[in-house]
Amino acid sequence: MAKQIYYEDVEVGGEVTPLQKIATTRMLVQWAGASGDFNPLHYEEDFAKNLGVGHPIVHGALKRSWLVNLMTDWIGEDGKLKKLSCRYRGMDYPRKMKTFDEPQDGETWWCRGKITKKYTEGDNCLVECEIWVENGKGEKTTQGSALAALPSKSK
Amino acid sequence: MAAFVVPDSLKQLVGQAEKPFVLKVEEGAIQRYARAVGDANPLYNNVQYAAQSKWGRLMAPPAFGGWPVEAEGFDMIKFVARLIGLGAPAGLLDGGVDYEFYSDVGAGDTLVAVTRVESIEGRETKLGATMITVVETTFTNQKGARAFVMRNTFLNF
Repeated sequence: MAKQIYYEDVEVGGEVTPLQKIATTRMLVQWAGASGDFNPLHYEEDFAKNLGVGHPIVHGALKRSWLVNLMTDWIGEDGKLKKLSCRYRGMDYPRKMKTFDEPQDGETWWCRGKITKKYTEGDNCLVECEIWVENGKGEKTTQGSALAALPSKSK
Repeated sequence: MAAFVVPDSLKQLVGQAEKPFVLKVEEGAIQRYARAVGDANPLYNNVQYAAQSKWGRLMAPPAFGGWPVEAEGFDMIKFVARLIGLGAPAGLLDGGVDYEFYSDVGAGDTLVAVTRVESIEGRETKLGATMITVVETTFTNQKGARAFVMRNTFLNF
C-alpha cells in the first residue's frame, strides 16, 4: 500500500492520485459474475444495438467501483470514505481480447479527482473531492463527488 | 418527443418498501468482486494480511453489496424489470448512485437491506421519453448498526 496521507498533506485544488483502468470484454464478464448484473446490454452485440447504444457497454456500477477504488487507494487504511456519488454521462466500450488474458490495443481510462473543500467537523478532518472517469479521448464519461475523513498528524 | 407519462400502476409504488432481504458477506464474494474491479488492496484480497490489520478480517470495499449484487430473496435487476411489466419503457440504463457509508462491512457480516421506491417521474431526455426512478436501500448489520445507504437512479426509455 502507498504511504498514508494526512489531512495536513492535502490542499484545495490538489489532485487525488490518478488510477488507470482498462475495460476489456473479459473484465465485463468477470464483473457480471462478481456483481450479479447479467443485463445482456453488457455482452450481447445485437441486444446493445437494438437498444441504440451500438455495442455492449461498460457497466455503470463497474465505473462506480473504479471511483471507490480511486478514493480508497488515495485515503489509505486510516482514511474513511463517508460518501460517494456518481452519474453515468457517457457510454464506454470495452477493449476486445487479443489473447486469453491480454487485451487488444485501444482505449485506456483514468480515474481522477480534485480536492474541492477541506474542513473539520468535531473530531473529523474531512475532504470533499470532485471525481470522474475519463475515457481515451479525455471525455468525462462518469462524474461524481466524494467525501472522506483523513487522519490528522495532530491527533 | 414528449416527457414520459407515468401510469398509475407505477405511481402507486412510490413510498412502498420491499420485503427486507439478507446479504451474507462472504470472503470469496469479496475477493471475486475486488478482482473484477481490479482493486489490489490487500484488505479486500489477502486473508492473512487482513487478519493482521486493525479490522482482523477480510474487509469489503465500500459499495460492495450495493446494486447490483444479488442477495437471497432479492435481485435488484428483477425488481427493476418488474417496473417494465407495470408499464415502464423497456430500455433500461443505470443512471447513477449516491452512497452514504457508516459502519465498515467485512467477511462474516450479515446485512439486512430494505429497499423503498423514493420517486418515479417522467421526463424528456436525450434518450427520448424517459422514466426516472429513484430507489433507496438501507443496509443494517447484525449488530443493528447502519452500514450504508444507497440511492440508485434508473432510466427507462
